[in-house]
Amino acid sequence: MMRKIRIALSGNPNSGKTTTFNAITGARQHIANYPGVTVEKKYGSVNHKGYEVEVVDLPGTYSLTAYSLEEIVARNFLVNERPDVVVDIVDASNLDRNLYLAVQFKELGIPLIIALNMVDVAKTRGTKVDEEALSDLFGVPVVPMVARSNKGIQDLLDKIVEVAQEDHEWRPEIITYGNDIDEGLNKIEDVIKKAPTLDKKYPERWLALKCLEGDDQIMELMKGDLESSREIEGIRKRISKHTMNTLEEEPEGIIADHRYGYIAGITKKSVKREIESRLNLSDKVDKVLTNRVIGPVIMLLILYGIYEFTFRISEAPVGWLEVFFGWLKGIVSGLIPDGYLHSLVVSGIIDGVGGVLGFVPLIMFMFFAIAIMEDFGYMARVAYMLDRVLRWFGLHGSSVMALLISGGISGGCAVPGVMATRTLRDPKERIATLLVVPFMNCGAKLPVFGMLIAAFFARDRARMLFVFTILSWSFALFAAKILRSTMLRGPKTPFVMELPPYRVPTIKGLFIHTWERTWQYIKKAGTIILGVSILLWAMMTFPGLSGEERQFYEDQRVENRMSFLTSPDVKGLVQNEKDMKDLEEVLGRYEGSFKDGMENPGSIAESPFWPVAEQIVSLKKSGGRAQGETVLYIPLALAYIDYGEKNGAIGLEEQQAALRGTIAGRIGLLMEGITSTIGFDYRTNIALVGGFLAKEVIVSTLGTAYSLGEVDPEDSIPLSEKLRNEPGWNPLVAFTLILFIMLYVPCFITVISIKRESSWKWACFSIAFNLVMAYLVSLAVYQVGLALGLGT
Amino acid sequence: MKKIIKMREMKENQRGIIKKVSARGNMGRRIREMGLVPDVQIWVQGRAPLKDPVAIKLRDFTLTLRNQEADNILVEVEEPS
Ligand SMILES: Nc1nc2c(ncn2[C@@H]2O[C@H](COP(=O)(O)OP(=O)(O)O)[C@@H](O)[C@H]2O)c(=O)[nH]1
Ligand SMILES: [Mg+2]
Repeated sequence: MMRKIRIALSGNPNSGKTTTFNAITGARQHIANYPGVTVEKKYGSVNHKGYEVEVVDLPGTYSLTAYSLEEIVARNFLVNERPDVVVDIVDASNLDRNLYLAVQFKELGIPLIIALNMVDVAKTRGTKVDEEALSDLFGVPVVPMVARSNKGIQDLLDKIVEVAQEDHEWRPEIITYGNDIDEGLNKIEDVIKKAPTLDKKYPERWLALKCLEGDDQIMELMKGDLESSREIEGIRKRISKHTMNTLEEEPEGIIADHRYGYIAGITKKSVKREIESRLNLSDKVDKVLTNRVIGPVIMLLILYGIYEFTFRISEAPVGWLEVFFGWLKGIVSGLIPDGYLHSLVVSGIIDGVGGVLGFVPLIMFMFFAIAIMEDFGYMARVAYMLDRVLRWFGLHGSSVMALLISGGISGGCAVPGVMATRTLRDPKERIATLLVVPFMNCGAKLPVFGMLIAAFFARDRARMLFVFTILSWSFALFAAKILRSTMLRGPKTPFVMELPPYRVPTIKGLFIHTWERTWQYIKKAGTIILGVSILLWAMMTFPGLSGEERQFYEDQRVENRMSFLTSPDVKGLVQNEKDMKDLEEVLGRYEGSFKDGMENPGSIAESPFWPVAEQIVSLKKSGGRAQGETVLYIPLALAYIDYGEKNGAIGLEEQQAALRGTIAGRIGLLMEGITSTIGFDYRTNIALVGGFLAKEVIVSTLGTAYSLGEVDPEDSIPLSEKLRNEPGWNPLVAFTLILFIMLYVPCFITVISIKRESSWKWACFSIAFNLVMAYLVSLAVYQVGLALGLGT
Repeated sequence: MKKIIKMREMKENQRGIIKKVSARGNMGRRIREMGLVPDVQIWVQGRAPLKDPVAIKLRDFTLTLRNQEADNILVEVEEPS
């Protein structure tokens, strides 16, 4: 059987960990989350020299203190899972700071290999690292690499196998921190040794060190033994007081200084610099891209470019998917007879799943654009330039990307926006961003706004749209401010961020990045969304009309037919129901033949109803004025048109009644008590319930509720006209409704995405929070509007 | 003439040597971990559009920090007298 070696890849962010991971494992990799947190865990494996090497890509960290989630995750993994070897990817062009983490691995004592990456970059900067000297002085194997071009990967694997064959004892290295600290460490170590109940997974001296460094997580752990914990606290205070008096430094400061001193001692002997540090290319690029004046201008252009790129380029594939699902619906419609099953499959499942998959191209291109920005190193610059502005609202410089994608220039989508919040490190800032992102005017809200604006503000469309864009930004930032000063209040996370050197991304890296994230979306979202779309479909379908009610409409239809058949105008040409059916069919064919541009209709032209059909169509076209040779049939045709119109009206009335009877309809009616304070009646409410599925559904549901039948969101002029003339509607109601739709709930795909990026708790909170916010804003606007006499 | 000032007061392109880092707690630790410890040479690479945060070059990389944080770092600079 093949022996297994378990290794962990660790290293500073941007040191080339992921590149190394991909080079080692190739396609054999998986992604999961570390238990309970949203930090990604990537693992994969490779066979080398008869060993199965299992690799875990730890999150990038600068240190091993409990400063960030990533550091805690990385540390816990090492201590709990005890991999056989840790490979620390070290950036040779930035050696001192990268070795700071390596020193801490040595202190922890875990078997270590240093993968000296980016030696190519170091070389162009005139830095030469003597690997052997480094290895001797540091006391660990060092393998030089250029991960990006696959150089040194095999050597690294050889070294891994070699080291793994030794025993896996942890041998903590003792580094001296000066008399005061060392003495304190010894004392604390003694206390820990004597405390039997403490966790023995950690080396004692390392625990002692973390105590002096004031590591929150370890201090909490120590409380497991109250007495020792108190004793340690005492020692800590004494040392701290002493060092403050003599050196004016806290112990943690002294420890860091000594680590860097230790590193400097090593690099002095192992690194040669041919050129004294000068501006490298990356710094020169920064002189332009982060210039105080032109930097922001370029940034806006780039952000806008990305936005255009994503939505333009995905337009066609999104269209293809739409066509495909339309086609599929047609096929399925033909296979399943009308009824609940038909409606479930077509309106529930295909529309629901199609809705999700329809987003895939958009999401893919968005991730691609983000991957480019990230891999180039530009994302960090955006955060840097915008941090001052967004900080005021409790957000982070990087929040801007998520807001823009969600519709910051109007017409984005909150789903990829929510997913883009992953680039934010601080959990509170991330959640705050996540929660306000749905306020942006996404592409699905635009048709609704468009319809209402056309109905009530036809004269200044562009200006209104601009106003609503500004308003959505204001609401988002304002809400962020509220959240960050109440529920998500937290110490402002320090903004100590590296600006990584600009690097040209590799195509392979970009594709892996993009595909990974896209696939995750398809896989996880797909299952939940299917369930929810079925649920929503049920809400808008059941319980539907009772048998009695259905009979009522059926009776009306029968009556309508009878009155047509008995009408004197019919003159016996259409004598019974069978004749009516025939006429209907011929008419259908006649209209069809015109649509298809077919000149010769074939045998059907022989039918006695053909001239009637011709007359009906010509009358419909000319709006009632008779023309042509078949004048003979005018009265019959007119009667038939009248019959058809009545029949349609009955159908629409039935649809409206059915909708009112569904769960969604009942909710709408129930809510009328509340929503009347903001000017909405039950019909608007039903549409809003439907809008939870997807915002564009609001238009079609309003259509049904106002008995217009299915309204195509792309062509909503009839609905606009209807609403303009409807009592109870006026510009104030429309304005309030637009605000309400802007804010009220994220569509459920967004809710699912929020859940995936945080938890059910926040997903539910976002629904409640947005509803409350939408209601309060609408209430204020509507009531003030009424008071000002605008409600007419 | 040598003078000790807060990092916030440094001008663009000015060089200096860190003399003292007085930040405490998590933030103090992070600043030091990133390599801002006494005797390190730094150089102000630039500032964001609203003058905050500040980007500094030290060792072989660029670090950005907010003025709030820069207030806790004392730097020795060469001032023309
Ligand atoms: N020149 C050069 N670039 C590299 C090397 N290794 C990685 N990179 C690039 O460095 C950037 C960051 O690498 P990545 O693997 O994402 O770093 P991570 O943050 O540690 O996962 C990417 O643009 C890589 O293409 C290398 O050895 N030489
Ligand atoms: Mg990575």
